[in-house]
Amino acid sequence: MEKFTTLTGVAAPMPLVNIDTDMIIPKQFLKTIQRSGLGKNLFDEMRYDDQGNEIPDFVLNQPAYRNAQILIAGDNFGCGSSREHAPWALADFGIKAIISTSYADIFYNNCFKNGMLPIILPQEQVDILMEDARKGENARISIDLESQTVTSADGQVFSFELDTFKKHCLLNGLDDIGLTLEKVTKIDTFEEQAGQARPWV
Amino acid sequence: MPKTLYDKIWDAHLVHEDADGTALLYIDRHLVHEVTSPQAFEGLRMAGRKVRAPDKTIAVPDHNVPTTPDRENGIENEESRIQVDALDRNAREFGVNYYPVNDIRQGIVHIVGPEQGWTLPGMTVVCGDSHTATHGAFGALAHGIGTSEVEHVLATQTLIQKKSKNMKVEITGSLLPGVTAKDITLSVIGATGTAGGTGYVIEYCGQAIEELSMEGRMTVCNMAIEGGARAGLIAPDEKTFAYVKGRPHAPKGAQWDAALAWWKTLKSDPDAHWDKVVTLRAEDIAPVVTWGTSPEDVLPITEVVPDPQSFAGGKVDAARRALDYMGLKPGQKLTDIEIDTVFIGSCTNGRIEDLRAAAEILKGRKIKVKRAMVVPGSGLVRAQAEEEGLAQIFIDAGFEWRLAGCSMCLAMNPDQLSPGERCAATSNRNFEGRQGRGGRTHLMSPAMAAAAAITGRLTDIRDMMATIA
Repeated sequence: MEKFTTLTGVAAPMPLVNIDTDMIIPKQFLKTIQRSGLGKNLFDEMRYDDQGNEIPDFVLNQPAYRNAQILIAGDNFGCGSSREHAPWALADFGIKAIISTSYADIFYNNCFKNGMLPIILPQEQVDILMEDARKGENARISIDLESQTVTSADGQVFSFELDTFKKHCLLNGLDDIGLTLEKVTKIDTFEEQAGQARPWV
Repeated sequence: MPKTLYDKIWDAHLVHEDADGTALLYIDRHLVHEVTSPQAFEGLRMAGRKVRAPDKTIAVPDHNVPTTPDRENGIENEESRIQVDALDRNAREFGVNYYPVNDIRQGIVHIVGPEQGWTLPGMTVVCGDSHTATHGAFGALAHGIGTSEVEHVLATQTLIQKKSKNMKVEITGSLLPGVTAKDITLSVIGATGTAGGTGYVIEYCGQAIEELSMEGRMTVCNMAIEGGARAGLIAPDEKTFAYVKGRPHAPKGAQWDAALAWWKTLKSDPDAHWDKVVTLRAEDIAPVVTWGTSPEDVLPITEVVPDPQSFAGGKVDAARRALDYMGLKPGQKLTDIEIDTVFIGSCTNGRIEDLRAAAEILKGRKIKVKRAMVVPGSGLVRAQAEEEGLAQIFIDAGFEWRLAGCSMCLAMNPDQLSPGERCAATSNRNFEGRQGRGGRTHLMSPAMAAAAAITGRLTDIRDMMATIA
């Protein structure tokens, strides 16, 4: 997995609340058996009309945001389906971090498995960053994972909370399965004991 | 220390816990479908890894499969076929339990699991699918995971987790006539919002929950995810044990006795700590429908479409966008909304009891909508409905009688809405484009969907019941 350390870039504003994973990547694109290539269909039904032409008003179609690396999003981003295609599509487009007041549980976890950082900040701070994002290229936002801070375009620094294990894996680009397999004797022991206690499982 | 049911299941599956609370949890059942698993199996293959516990892994294709009778001839859509073929190949290569498309036991993974007795009280159950919450109805800790986690569980039979907080949702008293499990679960989401459960595992309890059948309990837990919760569960009781007993993969003989003894301990201690408590009175719950594009956009059928200005914060814009998408105006009576299509099925409401409830309304009547379909949750539900004469009632009323699958709940197969087509659906999500680009979804119970099919508009089932009586 790719490491995440620092990031400075353009942020795209998406203030709508409850953006669900069906919006992020509609079901017709879930038929792939690969992880890559979903970026072109990110937010497909909001981004393209029925003929497949770009809808100019949609934020990621605007020249300032075509290379956005950060999303500033409304509450409860990523709700709904567990599809990991949602973070895959975001990552494939080039989004590496999201900032919101809250995320749906499964989406939040899925981001970390793909080297992406979903940041939780209070509403007032998200509002400030949303205003920055509306300024496009003129207002770059910086993220430092080590110090757990977001710096707004005019230098205001906001701290965010993050689980230490998730931070460690992201900073070092660690693969969960490899880490867990280091504990394989513990799994063996558990399986043996549980097999005796609950043989019907 | 007193514990909740969630605490007890968690503790019984804890392989390891770090000082910061990061835990390794053992997984008893891993359900797999074709959409969220191909990349996980490919990951195993690339790393030269095996499935650690193929006997605890159950695969079934459901999302992509056509539900028309000609499906035995194969899947026409190439991408869908590739995905189903990939599951077929992966299931056989890695030696997991498998129900292929044309097996009578095939169906929606969350219906097949309980039906075959794979899902048992006190288990940990995961699947690369958010509606895994369904299995919580058995007093199992069950939740959806992403594809990377699917690969993790395949390789290690464990999941890295942080413990959630405990939330109690109590429904006191008894439901009134015409009110169902679907109305309970939608009303809870209406009360708490789609993020109200974020960070929590919900235990549903109270008289109205105890009075529900297992099918009804599955409907309630199924939509815990729509309220943002990691999982929803219900303490097992005699109804649970009776449902499980005799199922193909349920324990038998001495093992049944041992299991039963443990299952009977699976309830929250009376003085257990709850981080959040929500209480609803069953008598206050009416038959409900959704009007917007989030499951929290729910109102009793007697209400009118709300004014976006009546909301606060970001919900004002979201509601405005929802009404625009749904083609509705504030103040419009919900019962005046005309319906084009009716869909009865899904892991929320595709079980035998749901079909019985809809058939009871449809008996001797004809539909007034352009099209209506019933998609049983599994081949066995379908067979039972045929045996009980329900299939004929649906067909006589003008419904299409389909084969099992997820179908129009998420429209990955050919069953889709056209732009602007308005659907009364028994499924779980009314998101924009969920049932087809531009399609408009109103969520409701099977009986309410059947009533809408007959009148051609959203209908208060209680009026229809008065007519029947």
